[in-house]
Amino acid sequence: MTYEACDNLDSRKQKTLPAKAPRNREAFERMSISPDSVSESPPEARADDTPSSHLSVGMAAAWMLAKREWVRFFRQRNRVTAAVAQPLLFWVLFGTGLSGAFQSAGELNFMQFFLPGTLALIVLFTAIFSTISVIEDRREGFMQAVLVAPVGRWPVLVGKVLGGSAIAWVQAVFFLFLVWMVGTADPGGSVIPLLGLLALVALAMCGLGMIVAWPMESTQGFHAIMMLGLMPMWLLSGTFFPIPALGADASIGQWILGVIMRVNPLSYSMVEMRRLVFPEIDFSGSGFAPSSLICWTVTVLAACLTLVVAWHLMRGSRKVDVIV
Amino acid sequence: MTDSGQSDPQTVCKVRNLHHQYGEHTALRGIDLDIKAGRVFALLGPNGSGKTTLFRLLCTLLPIQKGQVCVAGYESGEQPLRVREQIGIVFQAPSLDMKLTVDENIACQGALYGIHGAELRLRRDALLQQLDLTDRRDDRCQVLSGGLKRRVELAKGMLHRPRLLLLDEPSTGLDPSARLKLWEAIREMADQGMAVLLTTHLLEEADKADDIAIMSQGTLIAEGSPSELRAEMGEGVITIVADDASRAELILRDRLGLNPQRVHHQLRLEVDSPAEIVPLLVETLGDEAQSINIGRPSLEDVFIAKTGEAFDL
Repeated sequence: MTYEACDNLDSRKQKTLPAKAPRNREAFERMSISPDSVSESPPEARADDTPSSHLSVGMAAAWMLAKREWVRFFRQRNRVTAAVAQPLLFWVLFGTGLSGAFQSAGELNFMQFFLPGTLALIVLFTAIFSTISVIEDRREGFMQAVLVAPVGRWPVLVGKVLGGSAIAWVQAVFFLFLVWMVGTADPGGSVIPLLGLLALVALAMCGLGMIVAWPMESTQGFHAIMMLGLMPMWLLSGTFFPIPALGADASIGQWILGVIMRVNPLSYSMVEMRRLVFPEIDFSGSGFAPSSLICWTVTVLAACLTLVVAWHLMRGSRKVDVIV
Repeated sequence: MTDSGQSDPQTVCKVRNLHHQYGEHTALRGIDLDIKAGRVFALLGPNGSGKTTLFRLLCTLLPIQKGQVCVAGYESGEQPLRVREQIGIVFQAPSLDMKLTVDENIACQGALYGIHGAELRLRRDALLQQLDLTDRRDDRCQVLSGGLKRRVELAKGMLHRPRLLLLDEPSTGLDPSARLKLWEAIREMADQGMAVLLTTHLLEEADKADDIAIMSQGTLIAEGSPSELRAEMGEGVITIVADDASRAELILRDRLGLNPQRVHHQLRLEVDSPAEIVPLLVETLGDEAQSINIGRPSLEDVFIAKTGEAFDL
């Protein structure tokens, strides 16, 4: 058996990299099947070797990873309890506590004004806590096995995002149902687009969570980013206080805040969400009222953008694979 | 043990001139390996010898910088996904989801390799049976013992019937009986025609393999079956412990014309007929020697002979 073939292969490799895998295969076969070592041809011919089969295997893997997120969620009771109790607590405490200090939301009292913000908070927190599990998966070793599977990276992203956003979405819907029972809000027919919007926001949040979590080595780092970036993003989206109008009489502070809040894509989702939660109220008079079309477009774009960026990050960084 | 009956073992994995660097630090300096079907190949080396880097390169977790890894006809640097279909991996750090049951963990693995439905159930049942895990299949992995966890890992790695099974320090953290069971399972895999590569820093573990490659400082310093490696050493190894090793060394060289190897306070001699030479040593060294031991050559002796260093754990 000669090893020169492999060496030749090597030198060729330096020169021409792309589109010569088949030739290499042949070279390797020549090398490994020398007369004195009769071996079968390399891997048995594969009938399922088509892009569509790759896609279906990938989707099955993604589906399994998404399902795993669910199973894990329900097997950690404290997570379930926190998921239900926390937003209720936030809503009731902030809503009642701040209602006295709050005046300018038109026909809404603060409990009502804060309601879409609470929905966003549920989605934000849950989505983020499910993507944080990427870091744990890597530390606990589960991710190693996934990364060496022949499906590539995208099923990991799809699985995590689908699993995480589904949990977030169901939780938000559950909360919405409670609110409807109490009678604080009655979205009526707009409940369908509202559910769609929540799903989109959940996807965007999960994508964002993956962008933050994937390169992270520790959950502490993730928490730091969360407090520094994600919470302000939520606070500055018109959930907590209205987005100031940028008129001639606006102060510099209002301008800065107003511009930042208008740049924040979540603001647009929140405007639309408020409209859908309270369809009977006319918000056109409030400071910041982009059309529904703009709001939906921004939300869809944000979701796409975060997912694409997350995918690029996951494909690009092989360095993080070795963090165990 | 040295030859499991395969007269014409087929090379499943071929490594050629493999180098790897972490920044300035060179971890591998030109590794060549052939791993054959039906055989257990042990990669033996102390910590820091580069075996983990080699392992990661083999399982496509690290990009190949220089050199080649071919598994079952596919080149790792170019078709990593293809290579991944051909390899099963058991990591040192557990890759189980502790919140899932044994069955669910294996199903998860199945999904990653495109195995589901009846096929999955069939393979899973067979593997659980083979690895003696059937009665624990509905337990969550967090309640399993270390040995059982490792066997579930093995089941995961075997599920897609890889041509090459890679195990990173498989015995770490296992008690002797669990080790024995694990080795029975590994041997069975090899008997089924799989090529098995395992890394280890345990000499006695490497001794159970069919082929051994000893690594030190990023290179392979010896390769062969355990008995071949020992045969290189002569019939026996004499270890002399002396208070003043340098003086004893001088005496051996000057008066007896021997060429001992010095490792810390020990002097080592590889000889073909230890029984003849020992009386001579006793006579010549007299009180210089604290003790003189004769032993059949072990893998540790091979390591020491090749590197001049003790096998440091």
